[in-house]
Amino acid sequence: MIEVNNLHKSFGKLKVLKGITEKIEESEVVCVIGPSGSGKSTFLRCLNLLETPTSGDIWIDGEKVTDPKVDINKIREEVGMVFQRFNLFPHMTALKNIALAPMKVRGLPEKEAYDRSRDLLKKVGLEDKADVYPNSLSGGQQQRVAIARALAMRPKVMLFDEPTSALDPEMVGEVLNVMKDLAKEGMTMIVVTHEMGFAREVGNRVLFMDDGIIVEKGTPQEIFYNAQNERTKSFLSKIL
Amino acid sequence: MSLLASYLQHAIAVFPSLLRGAVITIEVTTFAIFFGLILGTIAAFGKLSKRSVFKIPSSIYVDFIRGTPLFVQILIFYYGIPGLINGLTGEVFRIDPIIAGIAVCSINSGAYNAEIVRAGIKSVDRGQMEAARSLGMTERQSMKEVIMPQAVRLIIPPLGNEFIALLKDSSLLAVISVHELSKNGMLYVSKTFAAFPAYISVAFVYLALTMGISRVLNYIERRLGVSDRSE
Ligand SMILES: Nc1ncnc2c1ncn2[C@@H]1O[C@H](COP(=O)(O)OP(=O)(O)OP(=O)(O)O)[C@@H](O)[C@H]1O
Ligand SMILES: [Mg+2]
Repeated sequence: MIEVNNLHKSFGKLKVLKGITEKIEESEVVCVIGPSGSGKSTFLRCLNLLETPTSGDIWIDGEKVTDPKVDINKIREEVGMVFQRFNLFPHMTALKNIALAPMKVRGLPEKEAYDRSRDLLKKVGLEDKADVYPNSLSGGQQQRVAIARALAMRPKVMLFDEPTSALDPEMVGEVLNVMKDLAKEGMTMIVVTHEMGFAREVGNRVLFMDDGIIVEKGTPQEIFYNAQNERTKSFLSKIL
Repeated sequence: MSLLASYLQHAIAVFPSLLRGAVITIEVTTFAIFFGLILGTIAAFGKLSKRSVFKIPSSIYVDFIRGTPLFVQILIFYYGIPGLINGLTGEVFRIDPIIAGIAVCSINSGAYNAEIVRAGIKSVDRGQMEAARSLGMTERQSMKEVIMPQAVRLIIPPLGNEFIALLKDSSLLAVISVHELSKNGMLYVSKTFAAFPAYISVAFVYLALTMGISRVLNYIERRLGVSDRSE
């Protein structure tokens, strides 16, 4: 589903990604962990070209994303992204937030777009919040709307960049539950998260990134309980 | 006759010509707001553009206008440029003072508007553009649907101040004989020497006009505020 080959990304002189090679199968849920500044966000952002890779190749669903001739917007239609800080559109109701892209990008008629949005709100347990503006929603509710918004484009892959780390602890569960449901439905997901419970329950694999490379990877069991690499062990000892 | 009574008489006598002047002032200001907004928006996007063909001319325009006095810009536009054309082609070139006034005020106001519009767009959180783009929306769609509606609310109040400044600054057009409010006051004084009552009357007419604009702007801000549930 996703193939990354020797991906490099620099910001000026700063080398952030130093050769990432990874293959992610359809319906796989891959969790990415690693210290701050190790390049986790940059890696995700390269996958939907919010950052332009410096070198290396990425294929998503057979499409070569890093081909200079590729239609970036077409790629992004297939790759949903959920941000740490939600980034809902504050001047639109929850429903409109979800319906906007299907209408503008996919050209869906208004009624259909709103019907789809209502279904998605229901799916994330917020059918009663359709006409509410983001600032009247709790963080957890905002993030669930943001997930619904990304799903409205019917993406083949979902990227999550620390979706729960801006949330109060009591709201983390509701967001993770939505993500678990999504995983069970077979969505291909890459999740930057330090939620070990989530990684263990639905994660197929865990990648540990440090200093711009994938230092170690394996099943959640292998990484969390039987890490081989010293850097992985020292990182885990800090977060556990 | 007491001084006060004589001042009152002058104030009444000057009033009709001040009203005629006010009409010109409003006319010039309205056109300059309109064209200044267009110029300002273009220059703002020019300055925000990554491409230097748009960026450099926009920056030069904004810096030149903001770095020089309106008074001098008026002189350049009304006397300097026709003189230059005359020198180059040998033909006499005249420009209507009101047209010249509207043009200079538009160009001047456009530079200030550009900075206001640019600042408004830039102060919308970067994550908004990223979210819109990550959904597959084009840059243009994201601007129109997501960024501008949020930027407009930040832009309107300083833009309002700019309009008020423009209305007051249009008094400088007296120097090129545009018969606007101040010029008509000056003409009255040159005939009657009643400087105090005439210029006080001029000032009060400006005050009435700026208060009028403020009211309209407040109304617009309130209207926008109602639909704004984001803050
Ligand atoms: N647009 C940018 N311009 C310059 N440097 C950047 C940019 N984006 C990220 N960086 C730098 O790249 C490095 C990696 O950043 P990145 O956000 O990918 O790390 P991360 O692993 O997601 O960290 P965190 O856990 O704090 O989110 C950091 O040093 C950061 O300062
Ligand atoms: Mg990050």
